Amino acid sequence: MLSWTKRRFLTAAAVAIPLALGSFGTIGQAAAEKVLRVIPHADLKNLDPIWTTAYISRNHGYLIYDTLFAMDENFKPQPQMVDSWTTSDDGLTWTFKLRDGLKWHDGPDVTAEDCIASLQRWGKRDGMGQALFGVVDSLTASDAKTIVMKLKQPYGLVLESIGKISSNVPFMMPKRMAETDPFKQVEEHIGSGPFMFSKKDWVPGSKVVYLKNPTYVPRSEPTSAAAGGKIAKVDRVEWTYFPDQTTAMNALISGEVDYFEAPANDLMPILSANADITVEINDPLGNIGFARFNHLLPPFDNAKVRRAALMAMKQEDYLAGAVGDKQFWKTCYSVFPCDTPLDNNVGSDIMKTGDIDKAKAALGDSGYDGTPVVIMQPTDVPILSAFSLITAEKLRKIGMKVDVQAMDWSTLTSRRAKRDPVADGGWNMFHTWWIGADVIDPMAIAFSGNPAKGWFGWPTDAELEKARTAFAVATTVEEKKVLGKKVQERLWAIGASGHLGQFFTPVAYRKNVKGLIKSPVQFFWNMSVD
Amino acid sequence: MFSYVIKRILATIPVIVIVAAFVFLMLRLSPGDPASVIAGDYATAEDIVRIREALGLNEPILVQFTKWVGSLMQGDLGISIFTNLPVTTLIGQRIEPTLMLTLTTIIFTVLVAVPLGTLAAWKAGSWIDRGVMLFSVAGFSVPVFVLGYILIYVVAIKLQWLPVQGYRSMFEHGLWPFLRHIIMPTLTLSVIFIALIARMTRASVMEVLQEDYVRTARAKGQSEVKVLLRHALRNAAVPIVTVIGIGIALLIGGVVVTESVYNIPGLGRLVLDAVLARDYPIIQGLILFFSFIYILINLIIDLSYTLFDPRIRY
Repeated sequence: MLSWTKRRFLTAAAVAIPLALGSFGTIGQAAAEKVLRVIPHADLKNLDPIWTTAYISRNHGYLIYDTLFAMDENFKPQPQMVDSWTTSDDGLTWTFKLRDGLKWHDGPDVTAEDCIASLQRWGKRDGMGQALFGVVDSLTASDAKTIVMKLKQPYGLVLESIGKISSNVPFMMPKRMAETDPFKQVEEHIGSGPFMFSKKDWVPGSKVVYLKNPTYVPRSEPTSAAAGGKIAKVDRVEWTYFPDQTTAMNALISGEVDYFEAPANDLMPILSANADITVEINDPLGNIGFARFNHLLPPFDNAKVRRAALMAMKQEDYLAGAVGDKQFWKTCYSVFPCDTPLDNNVGSDIMKTGDIDKAKAALGDSGYDGTPVVIMQPTDVPILSAFSLITAEKLRKIGMKVDVQAMDWSTLTSRRAKRDPVADGGWNMFHTWWIGADVIDPMAIAFSGNPAKGWFGWPTDAELEKARTAFAVATTVEEKKVLGKKVQERLWAIGASGHLGQFFTPVAYRKNVKGLIKSPVQFFWNMSVD
Repeated sequence: MFSYVIKRILATIPVIVIVAAFVFLMLRLSPGDPASVIAGDYATAEDIVRIREALGLNEPILVQFTKWVGSLMQGDLGISIFTNLPVTTLIGQRIEPTLMLTLTTIIFTVLVAVPLGTLAAWKAGSWIDRGVMLFSVAGFSVPVFVLGYILIYVVAIKLQWLPVQGYRSMFEHGLWPFLRHIIMPTLTLSVIFIALIARMTRASVMEVLQEDYVRTARAKGQSEVKVLLRHALRNAAVPIVTVIGIGIALLIGGVVVTESVYNIPGLGRLVLDAVLARDYPIIQGLILFFSFIYILINLIIDLSYTLFDPRIRY
């Protein structure tokens, strides 16, 4: 017979041990549920992919929202929420019919009115959206499922615009959400996409959880980039943000996470050597390095000075210095990403040699008066920090005075918006990169020649703008290719920016992960875990 | 003592007001702009201006300050510019991991450092003393992240005894999952505090051991253990408790490296993320919160002196 003390001890142990070990119920439930555990490339700070152009918000958008059209792996727009569509003979009336079975996460059917409000909100924020709405005469719903878009003039980028793959993506939201001021965040996060956002599990700076949408009806076509069937093959997608890359790598190695979206290139040797981990380039377009001049301030208000600087820049030096391993970069002298439809070499000889003597001579002929060049160096973004130092060295070699000013990326992003003289907080140059999908055609804001509405640096060139406008209304592939070359020729002629080559950020994942989609954007449908 | 506590609490009000005004102004005058971070890399200058307007950041600083103080008076720390969530909610989400890490670190530190320091003082000049001093120097010298990475590599990757990262709440997941996740961060963070408190304890106890009353106690035939614990350590406690208190305050606001290395979603990381993104309401709210914690801990330390030294009265 057990003594009272022993009995009490055993009873206490029977209660305490399960408590100490955690809830058995939870463990059993977790085992039944398929969870894809992901380390995203950044922390999801805001949830409105129209309010911000941040890629992490775009990726969040793709999980919970759907789009009318979507880009396939050949960069052609394909219907996604749209079932069928027609264009009038004069090209002015476009009619889109929504497919059956589209429902918002909170239950109601998706209607044409919802989609119209969503397009209108997007059209107030996105560059391609603004261009499209510049030619839209009316946008109406002829019935609950039919959208009618009437144009003032034929426009060659209707489907390319509403099927745009990267920020800002025209995601469809319920009308009540889409009526939010486009310069304010939406308060709800209800979409019609393959996953649903779990707000109660969201810990900003740490964790985001998406649950499979049980009512989602995927298309029957095979998955192809953003197009085709979006089949949710896991019950939950969990994003855990890691501020420290080494810890993220260790968590992948130990099996605590399944998928690492953007490991730093210097971790590749360790990850590649691990038999349980696959490292591969998932984004065929990669990123395009970009050196941006301020066209409003001396000395880069002079095209000859800009072109002299471009002559000194050699892509290999930048890519080898900042990215490193040759398997993760390649030179590309087209302003549009290489191996995409508008890839060409017109005018790009200027950046092919990196000939310092030639650049020095060109600078001498330019009338450069020794004005110092302020380069903003974001020390918290290693690749851009390295780009800045390489440029500084090259400019010094050709005889320019250079002042490299170190700062964090947040400071840089606010300072680059200033058009003031350097003495009042202005700047002369900074570096960044664009993901390939964002500069795939002349409509990218990076290529604007209109200083009033253009991107930081504000190039001014009427001919460039004329070619971009013509591209927007061109309807044939041949026309578009010709105009793409024309835009590129003007960009090089005015020395709009330095193009520093193409580099790739591979993904790393454990062998139990299957079904990755090759695309410039990270998608999580079609992915499964064994 | 009650009136002393009331006086001290009232004295915190001007401190908090000065901190609030200083932080608010510092943030507004420092470079960087949340609107440009929100707009993203591919927005235009025009977009940034519109977002600034929508967020009210274009209003005069005095107007912004008045609005903020008005909300503060109602206990509202504001809404995060980025996440659109109340700052109090964000602090609430993050406070448990930081508090638990602070608690485990301080408990472990005191359990190890005070006996070590006392022993070193008692055996001053011996190999034990030298060993403790060597550990102290090493503890101060090794950066926290280096120790963290070494522990992760050995314990989590090679031996696979503990997880690499993360935090599990004791209240949600149970004691063992909590301990599995907190052991390595606690060890990592404790080393420097053990070094600090062991040195402080050694110095204080050594000083007390020279006092007449210790010689008297020994002359009365008291055992060395009693001499050490009852006479030496108790009289040496005031500076040790002060350092422990400061350590707690430092831990609550300054564990960002450890939290990053072990991916613990605590307050340290919340501060860092907010600073990088220029999320003003979070930074302001957190600094006020930390100020309050510092003041509270200092008050508790001051009050605790009466327990160790009967001569101190308030």
